Amino acid sequence: MTLLATGLPGFPDAAPLAGLAGGVLIGLAAALMLLGAGRIAGVSGIAARAFGIGSGSMPRIGASAFVIGLPLGALIIMGLSGAAAPSFAGPVPLVIAGLIVGIGTRLGSGCTSGHGVCGMSRLSQRSLVATATFMVTGFATVAAMNALGITVLP
Amino acid sequence: MIRDTLLPLVSGTIFGAGLALGGMTDPARVRGFLHLFGNWDPTLAFVMGGAVLVMALAWLVQRRMQRPIFAEGFSLPDRSDLTARLIGGSALFGIGWGIAGLCPGPGFAALAIAPTSAGIFVAAMLAGMILVRLMEGKT
Repeated sequence: MTLLATGLPGFPDAAPLAGLAGGVLIGLAAALMLLGAGRIAGVSGIAARAFGIGSGSMPRIGASAFVIGLPLGALIIMGLSGAAAPSFAGPVPLVIAGLIVGIGTRLGSGCTSGHGVCGMSRLSQRSLVATATFMVTGFATVAAMNALGITVLP
Repeated sequence: MIRDTLLPLVSGTIFGAGLALGGMTDPARVRGFLHLFGNWDPTLAFVMGGAVLVMALAWLVQRRMQRPIFAEGFSLPDRSDLTARLIGGSALFGIGWGIAGLCPGPGFAALAIAPTSAGIFVAAMLAGMILVRLMEGKT
C-alpha cells in the first residue's frame, strides 16, 4: 500500500499508482463480463435491470449479483487499507444529484462505466460523444458551483 | 445458475474493489478531477486510463471469439446513431455527477463505506430511473 501512495509531482492530491491499479481492476472486471458472459459491464444499465426498471436480456439475478458485488469489493479494500471513510455531500445535494444521475443515465443509455470504460475502449461513436459530453458538463457544473460559492463537501 | 450469478458477482466485486482502490468512492477525489480550473486532481484519469487499456485488450480478444466462455452468444450494443436523447441525457448525467461527485458505480460501492449517504444517492438515482420509465410509458 505504500507504493500505491506514491504521488505525482505538481499535483499534491493525486494518487496515480492507486488510480492505475484501481483502473486495471475495473478493466479486468469489465473484461470478465465481456469475455465470460458476453455483456457490457455498465453499472447504470445493470442496476436498472436488477431493480426491474430497465428491460434487457441479462437475467435479473445476475444483474442483482453484480450490484451486490460492488459494495462487497469496496468493503474488502476498505478493510485491507484501513483508510478513514471519506466525506459525502448532505442529503439535499445527494437527492438532487441522484435524481439527475438516474434520469441522465437512462436517457443517455449509460454512465462512466458503460460509455466511459466499455464503450470508449471499443471506440464506439456513441460512447465517445456521451463521455465527452458528461465530462464537459461535469467540469462546468463544478466550475459553476465554485464560482457561485456553493460547497457540498465539508 | 452458478454461471448466471457467480460470474456477475465476481465481476461486480472486482469492479467495486477497483473503484475503492482508485479512490472513486471518495467524492472529494472525483470532484477534484472535475475541478479542472483549480487544484486539479488527475487521479480519475489514471483510473479511466487503466480500465480503458485493459478493456481495449479485451475487445481485441473478443473479436477472435465465436462466443463468450460461459454464455451462448454476445449481447452487445450495436447502435452508432448520435441522438439528442443520448447527448441530452449524458449532459444531465454529468451535471448530477458534478454536484455530488458520485456516479452509479461508486454510489453502490459506497454503500459499504457510508451507507446512509450512499443509500440516499442510490435511492434518488433509482427514483430518477423510474421517472424516465414512467414518462416513456413502459418501453
